[in-house]
Amino acid sequence: MSDKRFMAGNEAIAEAAIRAGCRYYFGYPITPQNEIGEYMSWRLFEVGGTFLQAESELAAIYMVFGAAGAGARVMTSSSSPGISLMQEGISYIAAAELPCVIVNMMRCGPGLGGIQPSQSDYFQATKGGGHGDYHLLVLAPSTGQEAANLAMLAFDLADKYRNPVMILGDGWIGQMMEPVEFKPPEKPLTAIRKDWALTGTLGRPRNLIKTLFLDPVVLEKRNFANAAKLREAVKNEVRFESYLTEDAAVVITAYGTVARIAKTAIKILREKGLKVGLLRPISLYPFPYEAFAQMAERVKNFLVVEMSMGQMIEDVRLAICGKSEVHFYNRVGGMVPSFDEIVAQVERIAKEAR
Amino acid sequence: MEVVFDRPRSLTSVGTHYCPGCGHGIIHRLVAEVIDEFNIREKTVVVAPVGCAVLLYNYLNLDSYEAAHGRAPAIATGCKRVHPETVVFTYQGDGDLAAIGTAEIVHAATRGEKITTIFVNNAIYGMTAGQMAPTTLIGQKTTTTPNGRTPEKAGYPIRVCEMLAPLEGARYIARVSVSSPKNVIQAKKAIKKAFEMQIKGLGFSLVEVLSQCPTNWHMTPVESVKWVDDAMASYFPLGEFKVPKEG
Amino acid sequence: MGKIEISEEFCKGCTLCINVCPLKLIRAAAHVSKNGYHPAEFCDTQDKCSGCTLCALICPDAAITVYREKKTSVKTK
Repeated sequence: MSDKRFMAGNEAIAEAAIRAGCRYYFGYPITPQNEIGEYMSWRLFEVGGTFLQAESELAAIYMVFGAAGAGARVMTSSSSPGISLMQEGISYIAAAELPCVIVNMMRCGPGLGGIQPSQSDYFQATKGGGHGDYHLLVLAPSTGQEAANLAMLAFDLADKYRNPVMILGDGWIGQMMEPVEFKPPEKPLTAIRKDWALTGTLGRPRNLIKTLFLDPVVLEKRNFANAAKLREAVKNEVRFESYLTEDAAVVITAYGTVARIAKTAIKILREKGLKVGLLRPISLYPFPYEAFAQMAERVKNFLVVEMSMGQMIEDVRLAICGKSEVHFYNRVGGMVPSFDEIVAQVERIAKEAR
Repeated sequence: MEVVFDRPRSLTSVGTHYCPGCGHGIIHRLVAEVIDEFNIREKTVVVAPVGCAVLLYNYLNLDSYEAAHGRAPAIATGCKRVHPETVVFTYQGDGDLAAIGTAEIVHAATRGEKITTIFVNNAIYGMTAGQMAPTTLIGQKTTTTPNGRTPEKAGYPIRVCEMLAPLEGARYIARVSVSSPKNVIQAKKAIKKAFEMQIKGLGFSLVEVLSQCPTNWHMTPVESVKWVDDAMASYFPLGEFKVPKEG
Repeated sequence: MGKIEISEEFCKGCTLCINVCPLKLIRAAAHVSKNGYHPAEFCDTQDKCSGCTLCALICPDAAITVYREKKTSVKTK
């Protein structure tokens, strides 16, 4: 049975994780995502799970490593500076092919920065962050409902690909309260099998969770195999939303909170007679390169709006490959673009295009 | 004649990469003997460190994690919380536990995490060929204290047992050595007691083992065990620092 | 009363056992093993070994197996 609640995005993600069978949470407090850990601290107890506030984000990510290696569905959450601390552990988790979910509710930076929202961890999330060749699967919700849906999906994807999955949100999504409906998981939780996990060797040869491979022949093979696994994800797990793009002359590109604001701008622009649409990546890795490439055949002006100094725009430019103009508008430092500002940008572009 | 001493079952038949005379080999054997005697091999998980013992999973026939440097207690915590019925132990050197991993071991101890830690203290960084460790003695020469460690430049060696014992979550804390057969027998008793803490669900246990590093101390194995007795044991006294209260 | 077997596969010639044997029944072999060490060698021509296990206790490579004669006399405690 589905179940509708009015809750903050942070809490929605936590509840969705529980519905997806997550029974272990290890984290450390940091604004603006503390509600996730706080929610888990009582909710996990209700379902017989374990919540542990670690001594640091460093410790937390390795507790995730331990629990994931033991075969559990486990998550952590943090915000930008804490995610930076976790990068070594994330590299280890990816190298050991362990499934887990990591939530980053981005705040502005760099350094200690501020507590207002931003989108300046896009590079960190999609291009690496930790050392070595690996990728996180990265999902970017735009609403509280989508945050809950993607959180449930994240656990399935993590197990399917034996890879860490990141939910990339921002403080607004985390803090805003909205109606959220929880649906039951697609597959029964009892169907999850992890023969590679460490549980004690009773009845089988022992298992190893390791990432050190001193023989370059072996390590090269592992890297190629991991890349092949990610290529499967690239083939199967691209997600995006195309909003009013069929007749659009200008297409806005944004993700997360900014995409929502852009939809309001589009409503206003359409009322003014301008044909504008939105191409919204939902999976940031794998990035919907094909969708952009195809759209660029017809659409000659894209406006990328980000709360960063220009990170996702590089992937947009890569996809479009010079076929169309790619414009940029940004606010940073915790400032959030208003729909007015976006309207003004599109009007300027439309005027110059004539 | 009957066999009265043989290789324990939980040790694999792979020859170790450790230097001739290194204490690791003795300590691995003692841990394997204790696991055999408690018959817990099939429900034990080990978390290996970064250091000379990074490959310990090649020598102990157990479900094993390879940890990032210093993080073994956090990984062990994650595993033990998922499988409280398993016996989870970490095996760490002086850099792993007392340098980069200090926060993790203190918090595992103060949480009373029901894991066991075997802490191998050889007063030097072995794997990376001889730099100062947090437990390097005053006056001891290493590649990063070429004229001998001085407190003014490099501070004082850290006594881990004395530091952890006051924490309420710590149940059994002991320091032993493997420099002589008599000390090896005492070391095994302590390791057995530490694992017993976990099997009985009593809380966090740690055994610090003073260990010889002939190669990086630039000594023969026979000279090195003497240095453990003469130099190390006076700064790092052997004994039990915390035992569970009776009753 | 006792004897030991030292495995050349594991022995690294560290000499800790030689140092520890109270009856000096172990020596470094003249030959070099396939691992490149002078392995320890049991040399007990007069059957003096008591099977005390001190050598096996100190061996870092678990290379020593110790045998001891079973006590046949029954003692009351």
